[in-house]
Amino acid sequence: MSRLWRASPLTYFALVAAAVLSVFPIYWMFVVASRSSDAMGQLPPPVTPGGNLGANISRLFANTDAYFLTGLINSAIVAVVVTTSVVLFSTLAGFAFAKLRFRGSNALLMIIIATMMVPTQLGIIPLYMLMTKLNLNDRLPAVIMPALVTGFGVFMMRQYAGQAVSSELIEAARVDGCGTARIYWNVVVPALRPAAAVLGLLTFMTTWNDFLWPYAVLNDPENPTVQLSLRALSDGYYQDMSQVFTGTAIATLPLLLVFVLFGRQIIGGIMEGAVKA
Amino acid sequence: MALQLDARPPATPAPRNTRPSRAGRLSRIDAKYSPYLYIAPFFVIFAIFGAWPLAYTFWVSLHDWDLLGSDPTFIGAENYTRLLVDSDFWHSVVNTLGIFVLSTLPQLLAALWLANLLNRQLRMRTGWRMAVLVPNVTSTAAVAIVFGVLFGREFGMVNWLLDLVGVDGIEWKSNRFASWVAISTMVDWRWTGYNALIFLAAMQAIPRDLYEAAAIDGANRARQFWTITVPLLKPTIIFCVIISTIGGLQLFTEPRLFHSGTNAIRGGPMRESQTMTMYMFENAFAPYYNFGYGSAVAWLLFALIAIVAAINVLIIRRLGAGARPDTGKRKGGSR
Repeated sequence: MSRLWRASPLTYFALVAAAVLSVFPIYWMFVVASRSSDAMGQLPPPVTPGGNLGANISRLFANTDAYFLTGLINSAIVAVVVTTSVVLFSTLAGFAFAKLRFRGSNALLMIIIATMMVPTQLGIIPLYMLMTKLNLNDRLPAVIMPALVTGFGVFMMRQYAGQAVSSELIEAARVDGCGTARIYWNVVVPALRPAAAVLGLLTFMTTWNDFLWPYAVLNDPENPTVQLSLRALSDGYYQDMSQVFTGTAIATLPLLLVFVLFGRQIIGGIMEGAVKA
Repeated sequence: MALQLDARPPATPAPRNTRPSRAGRLSRIDAKYSPYLYIAPFFVIFAIFGAWPLAYTFWVSLHDWDLLGSDPTFIGAENYTRLLVDSDFWHSVVNTLGIFVLSTLPQLLAALWLANLLNRQLRMRTGWRMAVLVPNVTSTAAVAIVFGVLFGREFGMVNWLLDLVGVDGIEWKSNRFASWVAISTMVDWRWTGYNALIFLAAMQAIPRDLYEAAAIDGANRARQFWTITVPLLKPTIIFCVIISTIGGLQLFTEPRLFHSGTNAIRGGPMRESQTMTMYMFENAFAPYYNFGYGSAVAWLLFALIAIVAAINVLIIRRLGAGARPDTGKRKGGSR
């Protein structure tokens, strides 16, 4: 690649402005979370952390409207199960589409791409009726089951497997008597690992964030996901904003942690997906 | 969108075994049928929890159907004819479109500009990219609550800043247009950096010598941007617009949590920012559980998404009609 344009001081100035705008609401969330409840009524608004975080956290976890700890645990369960399933089924299907020959594979792949364009959340009413029939309302499987596969995941793994998995290696394994299942496990999975990790991270974050469907199907206030706990806090009759913000900060923390640790990979995944899509 | 559908390896040669052993037969069965096994989970789960509910929504919308009513009655298009004269429904349609325009247009323009900034020799390249992407990895619900406070009437930071420059406080939650602006700001904040990275990836695939040739011909940077970069980004812009359309018209979490209290699902006391998805939710779930009516809203929203996506694609196709025919052949390599 030939040289890029030089960045002028003006470029840096604009980028700093963009970065401040991006980071400030998140920073401020932590500021309010670390202050007492009267921080909300102060002008000018406080912009430095206070020393009240511990007290806010203990009050938050003791709040009987929010069931915040249950929410955290539930969200962790849902996100881990969904992520595992999406990665497993996406790598399997992606491998099949990229490296195995079978009748109808092109048409089936087209269907998968089409599913990415379908606004499936418009189907939540029959989904709710289905969960009522299965007696799963208010329970976590109702949140988990519809999220177990994504067209995006399959497509992303297929694109990646096409270039990352060596066809010679597959052929060699086949000559040695490996079936497709062992080829998947011993050849495909190791080669797909970097892309599968990115898919896992993206899936984890999306699932952790999910709001509409859990809101529809989990009506029992004692069994929420963490996002529903936030809703309960925010809609509460008496609002202690420092406590609400402690909740939003804790709910955001796992995502930020993932981002700080794996930001480079996530950015790579988004940008590569964009060029290929 | 340039899909490379022929990325598979060439045909594998037929097995050379002359004597069909049991293992050989098994491995042929494996090679022939196992692919279907591997793709089956996606299709089965998607059919049950994705495709069927969406299709069945239409069937439900043709009925008078609620949670308690034991047997739903077929009423044909009555839900739809009622919706067409339901002023609250039309109110939500206008809200949805208003918020959509306010959130998509500035977002994509800002993303283009930001991508252009990022597409230079920068110190701490990854750091800048992470900084602009971080809004995208926050919890949507948390951000909606935070912005709800930032846009508060009396003690909100936005009104405080406006006051500093001599602008009177704005009723961000009870003024219809102001609430659209506030909610769109939230959406813009979340998605601008994400789209900028996608544009950046596409920009990096544009060959430099195009710009060098243009510079020799006397085109300045701004002109190069509009006559080379933007036309060559058209497939990517179309991709982003479609994704933004599908997501933007279904907006729910941000407007819902921007408001708080018992009637927040209405998007404010006078439904100032109730989107169509919120109106569907209000009718289909607690306390009304009017499944039939809610399903009709869902299908009209589905239709609206299809129409708006098509219009957007047509508009963008016509913009910058000077695009080169080789745009579909961009190669990978995003560094």
